[in-house]
Amino acid sequence: MSVRDAGERRSLRLGDAGLLLLFVVLAWQALYEAVGEVALTPPVATLANAGALLRSPVFWGHAGATASAFTASLAIGAAAGVAAGLALGFRRFSGLVAEPILTSLYTLPKVTLYPLVLLVFGLGLSAKIAFGVMHGVIPVILFTMNAVRNVDPVHLKTARALNLTALQTAATILAPAVAPEIFTGLRVGFSLTLLGVIIGEMFASQRGLGFMIINGINTHNVPTMMAVILLIVAFAVAAGTLLLVADHKLHRRR
Amino acid sequence: MSRVARAQLAVVCGFFAVLELLTRAGAIGPLTMIPPSAMAARLWTMLMDGEINAAMAQTFANVAIAFALSVGLGFAAGLTIHGLPRLRRLFDPLLASYYAVPFFVFYPLLIALFGLNRWPLVAIGLVFGAAAMVIATLNGLDRVPPVLRKLARAHGLGRAQAILLVVLPAAAPHLFTGLKLSLAYSFIGVIAGEFILSGSGLGHAIADAYDSFDNPTMYALMLFVVALAISLNAALHVWEQRMMARRSRR
Repeated sequence: MSVRDAGERRSLRLGDAGLLLLFVVLAWQALYEAVGEVALTPPVATLANAGALLRSPVFWGHAGATASAFTASLAIGAAAGVAAGLALGFRRFSGLVAEPILTSLYTLPKVTLYPLVLLVFGLGLSAKIAFGVMHGVIPVILFTMNAVRNVDPVHLKTARALNLTALQTAATILAPAVAPEIFTGLRVGFSLTLLGVIIGEMFASQRGLGFMIINGINTHNVPTMMAVILLIVAFAVAAGTLLLVADHKLHRRR
Repeated sequence: MSRVARAQLAVVCGFFAVLELLTRAGAIGPLTMIPPSAMAARLWTMLMDGEINAAMAQTFANVAIAFALSVGLGFAAGLTIHGLPRLRRLFDPLLASYYAVPFFVFYPLLIALFGLNRWPLVAIGLVFGAAAMVIATLNGLDRVPPVLRKLARAHGLGRAQAILLVVLPAAAPHLFTGLKLSLAYSFIGVIAGEFILSGSGLGHAIADAYDSFDNPTMYALMLFVVALAISLNAALHVWEQRMMARRSRR
């Protein structure tokens, strides 16, 4: 493909994205015309409110609280999820036993278990982190487990034929083979962890973006609620797009 | 019963046995958690007295409607998006970050749109469930071998016929995954919506019991929801296995 083609394709894509954005804004405006300002603020006003929020120190205090809880949840969920997934992937029988149990846990409405989390962890940061981990860890385990299971046995035989040590096998054969799938798991875990932390903040917290949203709902402060949601969606879509691009690159390299 | 199934049963029973021991021995205080046997006993009386019948009926009806709509609309949307590659490239990143958005914060908006009835909750279930079906449909269609499509063309099948006779059966395993996830997410959406915002249904009953420090009722209801999710999953799992076994026999 020539450079010019690539450039043309990119501008075509940007044009499409612009069209989609325009469509969303128009639909949003139409919805606003239909329901009025009891439940919605129009797109332009929301954008202005979001801009104002970004300049206010109060918002950054809440965003910081969410960011630290989210980072901690993601780190714990990723580490525990990859470790558990590797362990279950290498032990075939344990993996077979665990898979349906994990799937059931994944499909559980975890919000209903939130009171339990609160009773165990108490109000505050640790409950939020635990809730984020509960949401995000299971996809990481499932993807990691499947990645290990799907490693081509021929590759492992080659490693044995070449007399590689366990460490060498792990570094040169296993790691490159499982990395793309694990990355996909972490990408899915990323979104769900964010959701978990935000929901956690909606109930038992006086800080964080989730608290700002639920506070907006309870005090009928629709503009603030909408602006916070817009910022969260923008962050989620931006991060999700970057992770998806990286994911495609990793998968193609194989 | 296979060895795997026996081990699964042992894990689940073991988990509850440990919980029972810890709560009975006082290692977990009664304010934190009650013994599983006490949860089951409370649940049994609630079911017998019909205390939660109304809540159950409402929640199940909402989940069923949301699930049916999710599958229908999600499949149609997946089919459409798959046919339009330019649209597809735009939607992929959106679908990838879809589940990070806490959609039930739009409950007030949905009430303004639909009124104070079942439809806001159904809509939340639909918003959660449909995306899973769209993603699964796209995955399934991506994995239909091109040679099958060629075969359909060689036999002179029309578009509708080709989809019905060739594409759908080939994509069936992924579509089934979509059904499973769609049901799970509709369930999550409806219960979460009830729990956080609504004034009725099973989710609300749990929130209500929590707010009034009624631990036995709260844990009985949690046990009910957990048992429901596990049995739904188990049923679908068995059905899927049978379907797969039939396919491989052919």
